[in-house]
Amino acid sequence: MTDATQSGPMLAADGTPLKKSLARSLRRRKLRALALVAPLLLFVMLSFVIPIVSMLLRSVENSIVAETLPLTVVELKNWDAEGGELPDEALYAAFTKDMVAAVEAKTHTRLGTRLNYEQTGMSSMFRKSGRKIKRLDPESDAPFKEKLIEIHDGWGDVETWRTIKTHAVPITNGYFLNAVDMRRTPEGAQAQPEDKQILIKLFGRTLFMSLIITGSCILLAYPVSYLLATLPMRVSNLLMILVLLPFWTSLLVRTSAWKVMLQQQGVINETLVWLGLVADDARLVIINNQFGTIIAMTHILLPFMILPMYSVMQTIPPSYTRAAKSMGATNWTTFWRIYFPQSIPGIGAGSILVFILAIGYYITPEIVGGTKGVFISNRIAYHISSSLNWGLAAALGTILLAVVLLLYWCYDKIVGIDNVKLG
Amino acid sequence: MFVGAGQGNVLLGILIGAALMAALAWVYITVLDNERLARWITILGLAAIGFFFAGMTGLIVGLLAGWFFAFFIFWLYEGRYRQKLLPYLTGRQVFEHYLFRVICGAIFVFLITPILVVLPLSFNAQDFFTFTPEMLRLDPEGYSLKHYRDFFTNNEWQRSFKNSLIIAPIATIISVSLGTLAAIGLSQSHVPGRRAIMGILISPMIVPLIISATGMFFFYSDIGRFLEGTLGMDKNFVGYVKVILAHAVLGIPFVIITVTATLVGFDQSLTRAAANMGAGPVRTFFKIQMPLILPGVISGGLFAFITSFDEVVVVLFVGSASQKTLPWQMFTGLREQISPTILAVATILVVISIALLTTVELLRRRSERLRGLSPA
Repeated sequence: MTDATQSGPMLAADGTPLKKSLARSLRRRKLRALALVAPLLLFVMLSFVIPIVSMLLRSVENSIVAETLPLTVVELKNWDAEGGELPDEALYAAFTKDMVAAVEAKTHTRLGTRLNYEQTGMSSMFRKSGRKIKRLDPESDAPFKEKLIEIHDGWGDVETWRTIKTHAVPITNGYFLNAVDMRRTPEGAQAQPEDKQILIKLFGRTLFMSLIITGSCILLAYPVSYLLATLPMRVSNLLMILVLLPFWTSLLVRTSAWKVMLQQQGVINETLVWLGLVADDARLVIINNQFGTIIAMTHILLPFMILPMYSVMQTIPPSYTRAAKSMGATNWTTFWRIYFPQSIPGIGAGSILVFILAIGYYITPEIVGGTKGVFISNRIAYHISSSLNWGLAAALGTILLAVVLLLYWCYDKIVGIDNVKLG
Repeated sequence: MFVGAGQGNVLLGILIGAALMAALAWVYITVLDNERLARWITILGLAAIGFFFAGMTGLIVGLLAGWFFAFFIFWLYEGRYRQKLLPYLTGRQVFEHYLFRVICGAIFVFLITPILVVLPLSFNAQDFFTFTPEMLRLDPEGYSLKHYRDFFTNNEWQRSFKNSLIIAPIATIISVSLGTLAAIGLSQSHVPGRRAIMGILISPMIVPLIISATGMFFFYSDIGRFLEGTLGMDKNFVGYVKVILAHAVLGIPFVIITVTATLVGFDQSLTRAAANMGAGPVRTFFKIQMPLILPGVISGGLFAFITSFDEVVVVLFVGSASQKTLPWQMFTGLREQISPTILAVATILVVISIALLTTVELLRRRSERLRGLSPA
């Protein structure tokens, strides 16, 4: 090392200090690596992260009332919602002016639909009165209060104005309150009436059924993975095909298979009737209820439990259990005190994976679940495509996403994202 | 036996069957004392009985049952069940061992039955979702290819099949090319924020499909309006672009995971050696790195392909009727229960997935072999 005798800093071949030259090359490598990652990152950001974020925003966004009725919203600020008295003439005048403009732009029906989520009847009220209000002239036809009430009694109802005032804010927590069976009122958040409280129950059912599915997956996967891990490689590779084939088969194929098997006239019922275990008129009802969903989803998610369990169990050295036995432990003690604790990481990884997948399932509950076996995701789909209450769908989705991300965080802590393996 | 008793009382049938078998076993062991002969007697006897009662099917069931019982009797009598086990185990332990095996067997049956049931049902001559008496008698008239014919001639199915074949490969190409580059970038040391980037790239796999679909539904309808309205593109074309982009995103995590896993075993000194000998980065990539990580890339691509090929929820929300894919068509068919053509399609898909599974398995073996050649 001749450099050691030099007094100055070490130099690279081109005369720059070695430290600087190293730092530069390191920086260049970092940049190159980032440049390789950048296109994909940009792509995922644009076409996945932004849509999700925009969904989150949509769950609180509520500018429609203030945009459609700008003057009314200003007037409503001065009105005392608690007093129980109808607003004064100025508000009715402002409302008429807003409505004439809204009918012109054809936005009043959309507002009606929006307010209909909060109070039934609003939609038809806006649609019906829209045509008549259009004929009023905001300048000359004053006073409007009586005329409006004549057009539709709803405008003479304090409740109507309270609803509009409550939902006039541009950023609302109303959808989230709806998502947990509450509603936004002038007095603050309140519980929905009994007959409208379905979502909390649905959330509960989703969690409960996902837990049952995870539990039954553990029960079924544990012996199988144990067997696969202990058998000689050649045999276990063959048996592995039986696990991997369902894993690779299309989800819809498996769901349709279960539909075929579970029906009233399906394969299982026909076999049982033929064997005489079940009377012909008392066929088991195993589809379109919770049982159907649970059994089909257990089958569909089972490989996701077996694979992580198997890969953990493979690493448990058999000498430990042999040592325990040689020291006089019974079979049960050996299993419970030696083998089982070592296999817990596999159970944890598999359970979280299965639970995450189960909680957001849509297709299978939709097809074999009927009305009693559906999940929260089916409700989201319903609000997107049928009831068109997108704000509520986005709020429900946000809550579900929060739950999943929390679980994902746990998964990362226990297993690590880098260790996800496939097939 | 079990089958014969099916018409009446099951419990009684099993008891009678067991008694019969015990008697048979006693006869074999004490009187006959010739295993091969006994086996043939049992097989043929049971087959004959089966044929007498239930025709062709009975014959096959009888053959199988006879083979099993003949094996079982001698297996029990000669204590062959102990041969492969440790000699010092107690009787109870031996019993537990086999009980465990039987339970595992039952679970494997649970795993595979739904898929096996679909295959024969797709050849059903009737429009039922269940086995007809003709099928059980193995009567050729009970079987037909008409559901397959329907699949290949029906416009609705053909269009959706074609759509799937357009969307899935393009989405796969996008996710594989971008994903491989990113995986190579990520596998290098000193990438700042590696965990965060990895988390973002894998998120499409973690976020439940219904949520991705909801988000994409809002976002892509805005994008679609922009592309059609402002840029004046064809509506159909925009629809395909939306679905393809959405599917490409869903496939990316699989590519990232498989390719990074392959890169773990990749020896970085090989690229340095190539660079040392004067190859440029592009040439190094195509000549050295690409051939070695190709198995990982292909199996990642297969995962991405099957994800897109199998995907319903997102296409249901993002696409319009002209982008109807095969799974979408199946989904509507299942919901409204139109025709057993679904089962024919299911069978075709099972065959495709078996082919894919074999490919991935072969690639995995090859990759392991290559890794053995280049010590990491």
